[in-house]
Formats: sequence, structure tokens, C-alpha cells
Amino acid sequence: MFGFSPDEWTAILLSLRVATVGTLVGLPIALFLAYVLARWRFPGKVILDGILHLPLVLPPVVTGYFLLLTFGRQGPIGKEIYDLFGITFSFRWTGAALACGVMGFPLMLRAIRLSFETIDRRLETAASTLGANAWWTFTLVTLPLALPGILVGAILCFAKALGEFGATITFVSNIPGETQTIPSAIYTYTQVPGGDYQALRLAGVSIFIAMVALIVSEVLNRRIQQRIAIFE
Amino acid sequence: MTSMVPAVSVSAFQKRNGFTLDIIFESDCPLTALFGPSGSGKTSTLNMIAGVHRPDKGRVVIAGHVLTDTQAGIFVPRHRRRVGLVFQDAQLFPHFTVGQNIKFGQWFRRGEGSTLPEDAIIAVLGIGHLLKRRPATLSGGEKHRVAIARALLSSPRILLMDEPLTGLDDARRMEIMTLIERVRDEFKVPIVFVTHNTDEVRRLASRVIKIADGRVVAAGTPAEVLSP
Repeated sequence: MFGFSPDEWTAILLSLRVATVGTLVGLPIALFLAYVLARWRFPGKVILDGILHLPLVLPPVVTGYFLLLTFGRQGPIGKEIYDLFGITFSFRWTGAALACGVMGFPLMLRAIRLSFETIDRRLETAASTLGANAWWTFTLVTLPLALPGILVGAILCFAKALGEFGATITFVSNIPGETQTIPSAIYTYTQVPGGDYQALRLAGVSIFIAMVALIVSEVLNRRIQQRIAIFE
Repeated sequence: MTSMVPAVSVSAFQKRNGFTLDIIFESDCPLTALFGPSGSGKTSTLNMIAGVHRPDKGRVVIAGHVLTDTQAGIFVPRHRRRVGLVFQDAQLFPHFTVGQNIKFGQWFRRGEGSTLPEDAIIAVLGIGHLLKRRPATLSGGEKHRVAIARALLSSPRILLMDEPLTGLDDARRMEIMTLIERVRDEFKVPIVFVTHNTDEVRRLASRVIKIADGRVVAAGTPAEVLSP
């Protein structure tokens, strides 16, 4: 289809799946932590903030290596998760999703946190004096007002996850059909003689998906701004 | 029985960043003005009543309901206090229409009884034609009217107004003052009104608590407190 080989299709679909799962699983965690960082005061906040942003500044290889140590089959967390849920990360697409999600997470966290911080707290005070408890205030006031920022954060994370290479290849290697995402496939094609054309085509696909993601976020954002009606 | 209990009874002590707030007052009047210069602690006092701040020591009783009592370890959370708070800059929810804004509080108080009549509130405040509009499209005076309606529809035991007339031109101020008089007289909700404007005090208040540097320096009728 569209002149792509089955291998290329596999890489494209895998990339989309990995980036989507990585973003969607990270989203509720990012929402919670962004809220904690934006609203709560507690000792060690600076350190937590630093740790959460580490993947942004560390060499991706280092992040991937740490993932291998902790989430690998013998790693302390990886072993627990396997025992509890039967999910393996190492050399599986789930591991690629984890690596991509972790690498995109700080971008999502940052965008969501900023949008929480720009909300006038007195709107939340107003909601609470009108009878809304903390949960209702969050659901009816904070969350809808932060929605544009949440969306931008999720799209950024998705785009970053699509392009992730270093942590993924370190953690789960480059196995066609299992962990070979678009960037890994491009890398492979550039390493073989005569692979330039395919590498270029996949690069084009990357650009296309990234553009679509950005346009979709812009359109959704506008629509949200226009009308958020939760109850009548 | 109830006539023995003052509508509002506040004692609050708080030390924050070198500023000491030490306020004690009671009032049984339809509209009580907290009067004083900016930075004197009027808004802090209002926030103590609303439960936005917790005093270091103190007791807040509204219409016989103990909302704060630090000695007894009572601090009723904001959403269960049934206080209507009207902000200086309205603070309408920008993502809801006017109709949704004013129904917000009503929805949470449903089934709690003693609700104020919605139609009468909308009629008195003259916002019937605005219900489908978004707050961003309203003028300053309209926003204030909606904010007052929103607070009233949540069936408050007391209405707290934080300088609701500041930032309006004279015509709008007159208009909103008239509305506040009608709300005061028709809906029988006691009002505590923060202001630094003597005209507003003379026109609206039956009791004035004058506050300076975090303390009550005078209390009485407007004539008593404002006379030089």
C-alpha cells in the first residue's frame, strides 16, 4: 500500500502503537504529578521536579540503560511487574512504549503543569464556596481550563515518542516487527548499501505524522476553546 | 431561640509575615460593612469567614452554625460552609455560559432545602437575557450582576462581598448598589460587605466595623463610626 514494503508498514504501525500507548499510559501520571508540582508544597519538591525532568537532559542512552537495569526481566521493577501482571518489557514492544513514554513524559508534564499554574486560583475558591468539593472543583473547573495545555502536552509527548531512538534501542534493541520503530528502521536502512531511498521515504513518513499531530492538536485546541459545556 | 444568636460572630487571630490580624466583631444587621484602608485586613477577615484561610486562633459562627473553632478543632471545609462569596472581579467561570455559571452552586446545593427562588433572583438582577452568553462577552456591570446571582443561587447562609463595586464607573456603581439593596431587603440573606468607600457604607450598611492595621478600631452605625 502506498508503495511501502511490509517491513516499512510494520515499522510505521509499531511506531504509532508505541507512541500512543506510551503517551496514554503516561497521561494520568503526568496529570497527577503536574497537579502535585503546581499546587502542593512539600519538602523535596525541587528534587522530585529534577528527577522527573532528567530524561530531558540525560543522554537517551543513559535513560535506556537505566530502564534496562530497572525494568529488565531481572531488574527490581521489571521482575515485580512480570510477577504481578505477566508483562515483560525487555526486547518487546511494551518496552519500546515504556522507553518512548519516559522520554516524552517531561514535555507532557511541563506543559500540563504550566497550564495548571496559569489558572486563577480564585476560580477554584469560587467553585468551592459554591459547594464543589476538591474533586468536583478539579473536574469542573481546573481540568477544563487546563485542557488546551493538557492536549498540547500529550501531542508533544506523542511527537517526541515517535522520534525516540537512543533509549529505545538501548533498552529493547532493534528487532523488526517487535521493537523496530520508524527511527530504528531509518537507522537500519542507512547502514545497508542502497537503503537511502527507503530511509528517505520513512523520514518523509515521520514528517507527515508529526505535521498531522500538530495540526490535530491545533484544531482540537480551538474547538475546546470555543465550547466546553459539561452540564446544562 | 434564634434571635439570641447573632447572624455573624467572628473572632480571628493570625500572625503572617509580620502582619497581625486580631479581629473580633458580631453583627445582627442585614448588611455589615467591614470598612478600612487597603491592607488593613478586611479581605483577610472575609477569607477567614469563607474558610479560604484558617486563623491561628479564632471562632466563626454564622446563623448559629459553628464554621471555625480552633479550640474545639472545628474547621468546616469551604464547600460545606454555605457562604456566598462575591469577588471584586466577579471570577465567573470562563468556560461556562452565564446560565451554567449561576446554576453551578444551585446544582451542588440541590436537596439541601431552603433554596432561594431562581426566577426572582434572575429577575431582580436583570440577567434573564444574558443566560446564553459567555462571561467574556459581558460588560463589567453585567459580570457583577451574574456573580451576585451565582452566589445567591447557592443558597448561602451569608453573602460575603469583597469590594464588589471597585472598578466600575459611577453609573454602574449606582446600579449595582441599588441591586445590593434589593438583594438585602428581598432575599433576607445577611451580607458582609468589604469596602474602603464611605458613600457605600452610608448608603448600604446598618452596621460598620472599622478596621485598621488588623484591628477593629470602631464599631457602630455609619453615623457613629464615620462622624469625625
